[in-house]
Amino acid sequence: MYGKGLRALSIATVAAMALALALVFFYAPLEAEQGFLQKIFYLHVPLAIVALCGFVLGGLLAIQHLRTREARWDMRSYVAIHMSLIFAVATLITGSIWAKGSWGHWWVWSEPTLVSFLIVFLLYATYQPLRFAIEDPERQSRYASVFAVTAGAFVPLNFIAVRLSTAYLHPRVLGSTSNLPGPMALTFVVSLAAMALLFATLCKYELTAKHTRAQVRALRRRLTGETGAPLRQRSAAPSLQPTAASAGSATGSGA
Amino acid sequence: MRRTVGALLRKELLVELRTLESVPGMSLFAVTTFVVFHFALNRNSVDGDLASGILWVTLLFAAILGINRLFVADAEEGGFDGFLLAPVDRSAMLVAKVLTLLAYLVVLEIVAVPAFALLLLGPSLAGAMPGLLVTLALGDLGVAVIGTLVAALAVQTRARDLLGPLLALPLLVPIVIGGARATSPLLALSHPTGAPARWLLTLGLYDLVFGLIAYALFDFLLED
Repeated sequence: MYGKGLRALSIATVAAMALALALVFFYAPLEAEQGFLQKIFYLHVPLAIVALCGFVLGGLLAIQHLRTREARWDMRSYVAIHMSLIFAVATLITGSIWAKGSWGHWWVWSEPTLVSFLIVFLLYATYQPLRFAIEDPERQSRYASVFAVTAGAFVPLNFIAVRLSTAYLHPRVLGSTSNLPGPMALTFVVSLAAMALLFATLCKYELTAKHTRAQVRALRRRLTGETGAPLRQRSAAPSLQPTAASAGSATGSGA
Repeated sequence: MRRTVGALLRKELLVELRTLESVPGMSLFAVTTFVVFHFALNRNSVDGDLASGILWVTLLFAAILGINRLFVADAEEGGFDGFLLAPVDRSAMLVAKVLTLLAYLVVLEIVAVPAFALLLLGPSLAGAMPGLLVTLALGDLGVAVIGTLVAALAVQTRARDLLGPLLALPLLVPIVIGGARATSPLLALSHPTGAPARWLLTLGLYDLVFGLIAYALFDFLLED
């Protein structure tokens, strides 16, 4: 049930990424000042937007977990934040490359978006250590959700605070889509959509993998006739304890 | 609610008065840090941006010492169990702990700010006092709210001394931004001016938002 729609989603993602890359390299015009280097904008900015939205999404899913106490919401929140962290690392790397290329430094403190992104990243980097340091699975998911909600609210607040603190040294020509010429804006929107699709696909893959692994483990236990509580390895990821019914239905369909 | 908060606050302050575990350590840490800054920067007096930066960084790290210890006694000596058995509003603990941490910070600043003026600060503090008091009060409130939430998150983990500061520092960055920017014109050597209202407003809004977040989430940290 968790793999449902995965193939369609993957195909759509590959198609969207291919279209976005084609637009970036063959359709979008070269920018006058930065030339070819500016193309990284179509990778960097969508990555950043998707990562930030993923963090906030993780917070919203965590609210749902705190309200319903269902483990699946914690799992979704964990996957959203986990994937956003990976996107965030990619954002920092591409941002650094862009800064080196256009301003000559790997890091610039005068760019408020970059700085606030780093602070958000540093906060979320403690998400997995926090989970790992709590052994009781129920408490782990509850505390992780409290963290996710707090951090999700912190994302926009932090951006406001850092933006206030920085005088604009560099004109933010490429910061928003409103002042982009038409072809560039179209390419950017397509890139953003492709990146969002990639995020959704990767999240779905991770969810499916976790559920499949839990089911396989449950089936193997049934096969070897083990009884009693399963040994639980310490882990930062939320644990899935598939019910006997779900494992049973899996064997039924398999046979 | 008010009586519960009063009772909890009395207990916290009594424990602190009897054990003297947090506040003296925090104050001593702050004064020692000023000495370290003197040697590290090789400066006899500081002013402006540098002065406000040193003051806020020192207060922040001293506050983290207090944040780390805030819930340790409750977790280890059964304070949480006793509180959860009592038929009272859970939020009372949040309010009491925030007020406790706020009291620690006020005592810390009563020691640290004069020590800073004596040891490092170039310009006189006399004219800057009203603005500095408002800025410190707003900053303290934010540190107390975020510190309490983070301390409650970290205290049940195995690496609490490590996770507390790691969680707290990024969340406190906007407070440092607001506090340091508001303080630096107060401590300028030439033409000191008042604290910019923009930064005080930022600090106030940040305190308010995190106060609401902590109020909404604290209950979830207490059910065991």
